[in-house]
Amino acid sequence: MLVLNNIEVIYNQVILVLKGVSLEVPDGDIRALLGANGAGKTTTLKAISGLLKEEDGEVTDGSIEFNGERIDKKSAEEIVKLGIFQVMEGRRVFEHLTVEENLRAGAYTRKDKKNVKSDMEMVYSYFPRLRDLRNRVAGYLSGGEQQMLAIGRALMARPKLMLLDEPSLGLAPLLVKEIFEIIQKINKEEGVGILIVEQNAMAALNIASYGYIMENGRIVMDGPAEKLKENPDVKEFYLGLTEVGKKKSFREVKHYKRRKRWLT
Amino acid sequence: MQYFVQLLVTGLVLGSVYAMVALGFVLIYKSSSVINFAQGELVLIGAYMALWMTVSLHIPFLISFVLTLVFAVILGFAIERLFLRPMIGEPILSVIMLTIGLSAFLKGLVIILWGTETRVFPEIFSQEPVKLGFVRISQVYIWSLVLSIIFLVIFTLFFKYTDIGIAMRATADDQTAALSMGISVKRVFAMAWAVAAVVAAVGGILLGNINGINISVAQFGLRVFPVVILGGLDSVPGAIIGGFIIGIIENLASGYLDPYFGGGVREVASFVVLVIILMIKPYGLFGLERIERV
Repeated sequence: MLVLNNIEVIYNQVILVLKGVSLEVPDGDIRALLGANGAGKTTTLKAISGLLKEEDGEVTDGSIEFNGERIDKKSAEEIVKLGIFQVMEGRRVFEHLTVEENLRAGAYTRKDKKNVKSDMEMVYSYFPRLRDLRNRVAGYLSGGEQQMLAIGRALMARPKLMLLDEPSLGLAPLLVKEIFEIIQKINKEEGVGILIVEQNAMAALNIASYGYIMENGRIVMDGPAEKLKENPDVKEFYLGLTEVGKKKSFREVKHYKRRKRWLT
Repeated sequence: MQYFVQLLVTGLVLGSVYAMVALGFVLIYKSSSVINFAQGELVLIGAYMALWMTVSLHIPFLISFVLTLVFAVILGFAIERLFLRPMIGEPILSVIMLTIGLSAFLKGLVIILWGTETRVFPEIFSQEPVKLGFVRISQVYIWSLVLSIIFLVIFTLFFKYTDIGIAMRATADDQTAALSMGISVKRVFAMAWAVAAVVAAVGGILLGNINGINISVAQFGLRVFPVVILGGLDSVPGAIIGGFIIGIIENLASGYLDPYFGGGVREVASFVVLVIILMIKPYGLFGLERIERV
C-alpha cells in the first residue's frame, strides 16, 4: 500500500510544484491520476520513485509511505529495491541495447538472478512481439513496441507497484487499447499495483478502480472510476462530451469561464 | 617487402597499446560524457608502479603485474570518489577542466616519487627475436600483442554479457532511465574509472617493456585522441579498431616518409587521416549515430 500524505514539492528551492497532494494505492489495485499538462502528475510520480532528486526537486512537506515505511528521503535505487518501479514518460528504452539487454537492465536490482531467464519468458508471453525482436537494437523498434519493452523491462524487476507515466503517448488508438488490456492483465495475473498517469482519461478510467484529478499541483477531485466517468465536469473537460454520446460544440461554451470553477 | 611487414607488425603492436588506452578513454566518455585528459597520466602511473615493484622491491614481474592492476582499480575508484563524485551535476566543462588539473597533479606526483630520467624494465622477455617467415620480431612485441588482445577480448565480453557491463552501457544511453531501473550511476562511474585505470596501466607496462619509461609517456594520452575520434568517441569496438589503424598508419608513414621530411611524420600522419575520415564520417568510424525514428 502506497500512501502519499499531503506532500509538497519544491524545485530549485523556490518553485512550488505540488501543494499538498494526498493519494493512496492499495496493493494490487489500479488507480489513475489525471489532469492537464503541467498539473503536476509526473512530478508526483517522480516524488514517489525518488527520481525527483536528480532534477533538484525535493519533497519539503508531508510524507510518502510504502507498506508503512517512509520512502521520501530514500534514493531511487533503494526505492526500486523496495518494489516501486517507474516507467517513465516517452518510453526511454536504452536505444543502443538490444531488447534482451534492455530486459536484463530492468532486472539489475534482482537478487535471484537465476529466475531472470524465466521472467524473460513471462515478459515474452505478455508481449509475444518482443520475442521475435529480442536481438534487435531497441532504438529501431516502433513506438508501440518500445512501450511494450518499457513495460516489460519494468516487469523484470518484479515490482509490487508500477508507476506508468503516459503509456498511451504517441500511439495509435488500436495500440493504446492493446497496451491497456495487457496492463490490466498484468495487474490481474501478477498482482502488481499500478498507478497510471494519463492524458487519455477514458482509457485510464476504464481499467482503474479509482481516479484522482489534479490541477495546478493539487488534487481537485477524486472518486471511484465509475463515478468520475459520470461526473459532468470530468465528462466535459477530460472526456470531451457534453451529454453522453454527443460531441462538444465549442462555439456554445465559454470554456475559460467554466474552467475556473474548480479552483476556489 | 620485408621492411613493409616489419613496419606493419610493429605498427600492430603499437596499435594494440593504443587500443587499450583508448578503451579506457571511451569508457569514461561513454558513461559520463567526460573527456578524460588524465588518461596519459594513468598510463604513466601504471608503468612506474610496476617498474618500482619489480626493480626496487624485487617482486617477480608477473606478481607485480597483477599487483599493479589491483592498484589501478583502487586508484580509479579513489579518483572517482575524491574528485569526480563531488562534481556530479556540475557543468561538463568544469569536470573536463578538473581532469586537466588531475593530469598535472598526477604527473607532479610521479616526478616527486620517481624522478624524470628514463628507466627501463629488467629483461623479462628474452631478447632473442622470433623468426616468422622472413621477418624477425622481438619477443616483447609478440607478448604485448597477445596480452592486449586478451584484455580487449575480456572487456568486449564484459560489456556484452555481464550485468554491470550492460548497466554501464545503459547508463551511457540514458542516465535518468538507468537510474529508474535502480542502477547506481555512481557505481557505474566508479567502475568506468577503475577499468580506465586498469587498461591504462596495462598499456603503460607494455610500453615500458618496449621502450623504457620516462615522464613523456604521459603524452601518450594525447596521442590517443586521434584514435578515439577516428573510432568514434563512444564506441568500444571503434577504439579497438581505431587503435590498430592509427598504430599501423603511424608506423608506415614514419618508416617511408621520414627520410624525405627529416622526421616527425609519425606525429602528423594520424591527424591527417583523422581529418579525412571525419570529413566522410563525422561520428567517427563506429561512433553511435543518434537513433532517430521518423
